[in-house]
Amino acid sequence: MSYVGKTIKYVILALFAIIFLMPVYVIIVTSLKPNSEVSLEQMWKLPTSIDFSAYAEAFTNLAPNFMNSIYLVIPATLLSALLGAMNGYVLSKWKFKGSDTLFTIILFGMFIPYQSILIPLIQFLRSIDLYNTIPGLILVHVVYGIPITTLMFRNFYASIPDEMLESAQIDGANFLGIFRHIIVPLSITGFVVVAIWQFTNIWNEFLFAVTVTTSANQPIMVALQNLSGSQIVQWNVQMAGALIAALPTLLVYILLGKYFVRGLLAGSVKG
Amino acid sequence: MKAASCLVHLRWNKASAEAADNNKGRKTLESDVAVSQSGMNAGTKAMRVCCQSASQKQGGTGMAKTAIKKRKRITKDQWTAIGFLLPSFILIVIFVYGFIGWTGYVSLSNYNSIVPDFSFAGLKNYIYLFHDFRFQADLRNTVFFTIFFILLVIVLGGGLAILIDQKLKGESFFRNIFLFPMALSFIVTGVVWQWLLNPSTGFNTFLKFFGIQPKWYTDTNILAGFQWGSIEFGIPVAIIAVVLAAVWQMTGFSMAMYLAGLRGIPDELREAARMDGATEFQVYRKIVLPILMPITVSVIIIMAHISLKIFDLIYAMTGSGANFVTDVPGVYMFETTFRGNYYANGAAIAIVMLLLVAIFIVPYLWSARKGDNA
Repeated sequence: MSYVGKTIKYVILALFAIIFLMPVYVIIVTSLKPNSEVSLEQMWKLPTSIDFSAYAEAFTNLAPNFMNSIYLVIPATLLSALLGAMNGYVLSKWKFKGSDTLFTIILFGMFIPYQSILIPLIQFLRSIDLYNTIPGLILVHVVYGIPITTLMFRNFYASIPDEMLESAQIDGANFLGIFRHIIVPLSITGFVVVAIWQFTNIWNEFLFAVTVTTSANQPIMVALQNLSGSQIVQWNVQMAGALIAALPTLLVYILLGKYFVRGLLAGSVKG
Repeated sequence: MKAASCLVHLRWNKASAEAADNNKGRKTLESDVAVSQSGMNAGTKAMRVCCQSASQKQGGTGMAKTAIKKRKRITKDQWTAIGFLLPSFILIVIFVYGFIGWTGYVSLSNYNSIVPDFSFAGLKNYIYLFHDFRFQADLRNTVFFTIFFILLVIVLGGGLAILIDQKLKGESFFRNIFLFPMALSFIVTGVVWQWLLNPSTGFNTFLKFFGIQPKWYTDTNILAGFQWGSIEFGIPVAIIAVVLAAVWQMTGFSMAMYLAGLRGIPDELREAARMDGATEFQVYRKIVLPILMPITVSVIIIMAHISLKIFDLIYAMTGSGANFVTDVPGVYMFETTFRGNYYANGAAIAIVMLLLVAIFIVPYLWSARKGDNA
C-alpha cells in the first residue's frame, strides 16, 4: 500500500471519527457547565470550571425512574433469554414437520410495528390488572422478545454438532437431560450475547414504556424525554440526564463490546 | 455405485445450496466474524462448518432423509420438545396475531372517543386518513426519510467497512467509535441532536464560517414540490436533519454487517484478481461488491423496517414539526390514540404501518424459510 494512499485512508477515518464523537463532546462539556455558562453562543466552549450541579439535578429527577428500569430490565432479560434458549433448542435440534414454518411465524413478531398491537395490549393489561405496573412491562418485553431470542439461540445451537446429541441419546439421555447437561453448559456465550442484546433493547425502549406506564412507574427513557421536553429545565441538566440514562448500556458496550457486536449480527441474520 | 451417486448428489446439493442460499452464506460469514472477534481457534471453526453440512444433509435430499427415518415416529422426547415450544407459540399467536386482528377490528369501528364503540364503520377511518392533510404529509415524510436513510447508511456503512478492512493500525479503535451509537437509545440521540442541529447553535456555529446557516428541522420548505392531494409533495428539507441523527446512530450497524461480509471473502480471491491485472477499483467493483450483495439486501430490509416504524427518535428530537414537516405515522398514531382518544383512527394508522412493513418483510421471511426447507 502506498504511503499516500494510507495517509488518505487515515485522514478520512479520522474525520468520520471526529464527526461521530462530536455529540459526545457536546454532552460531556455541556453537562459539566454551571447554569450561568449555558448559552447558545458558548455551546462548543469548554467550561471555565468543572461543575457537577447539573448531574446532581438530573440525578434527583431521574433516580426513581432509573430504578424502575433496573427492576424491569433484569427479570425481563433473564426470562426472555430462557424462553429463547428453550425455543432455539427445539427449533434447531428437535425439528419436526412444519417446525421451520412455525419458526417463521414466530419470527414475524420481531418485525411488526408495535403500534399495531398496542391498543389491544393495553386493554388486555388493564383487564389483568397489570396496566401501569413494572410486572406488566416485564410481561410485554418477555413476550415481544421471544422472536429475537429464539432466532439468536437457534442460530447459536446450529453450531453444536448433532453427533454430540446423538451419542448422548445412545447413552440414555432424554430431551431434558440433553438440554440441562449438554446444551445449557455449551451455551454460556449464547446467553451472554442474548442477555446483552435484550438488556440494551429493553433499557432503550420507549414506545411500550410511555404507553403502558404513567409517571411514577415509568422507566428512565420516558423520564429523560419528559426532562428534555420541559421548558424550565436547563440544557446542561438535559445533557447530564442523557448521559446518566445512557450509562448502563454504554458500560456494557465498552466492557463487553465483542458480544454486543455478535448479538447485532446474530439478530440481523436470518439463519 | 448407489452410495457414490448419493454422495455426489449430496455434494452437488450442498454446493448449489451454498451458492443459491444467501442465508447459509451469511451464516458462514457471521461465524467468521465471531471467530475473529472472540479469538476462537480454527478447530471450532472447522466444527461449525462440519455441522453446517451435517444439518444440510439432514434437511437435504430424499435419500438423506431415509437415513434418519427413525425421527419419523413421534417419540416421548418429541412430545416434550413440542411442550417446550408451546407456551411461546401460544403467546405469539395471541400477542402478535390475535392482537393484530383485534387492532384491525378496532380500525373498522366507530371507537373514536374514550367510550368504547365497536359498531361497524366500514372503511370510514381509512378513507378519512387518506384524505387527511397530516397523514398525507406523514406518508410523504416516510418515503423520503426511508430513501435518504437507507442510502446514507449503505454508502457510509459500506465505505467505512472497506476503509477499516484495509489492515490499517487501530482498526478496532475506529470500529468501536463508529459502532458505539448503536448502544444508545433513540431518545438519547434525539435529545442530543435537537441541540446539535438547532439553527441558532450546534453545527451552525461552524457553518457560519462558510456563510451557510441551514434551518435544519425548523425548515418548512418542500424541495421540488408539487400539489398532491391536500399536501405539497416533494422533499421536506426538515426531514434531512432527522435523517442525519438516525444515520449517526445506525451506520455502525451496517458497517458491522459489511465488515463481517468482507472478512468472509478469502484473500486468495482478491489476490488472484490482482494477479490477472485487475486494478484495486476493479477488484472491488467486479468481485467484492457482488459478493456483498446479499448483505446489502439484508441491510435494506433491516433499515427499511426500522425507518417505517420510526417513532422515538422523531418524538424526542422534533415532534411533528411546523406544518407536519417531520411528522411520521408512528408519531401520529401515538398522539391520536393516546393523547386524543381516537382509537379507531389510531388503529387504522397502525394497520397501514403494518402493511408497509409487511411489503418488505414477508417476501424476505418467505424466501428464507424456503431456503431452510429446500
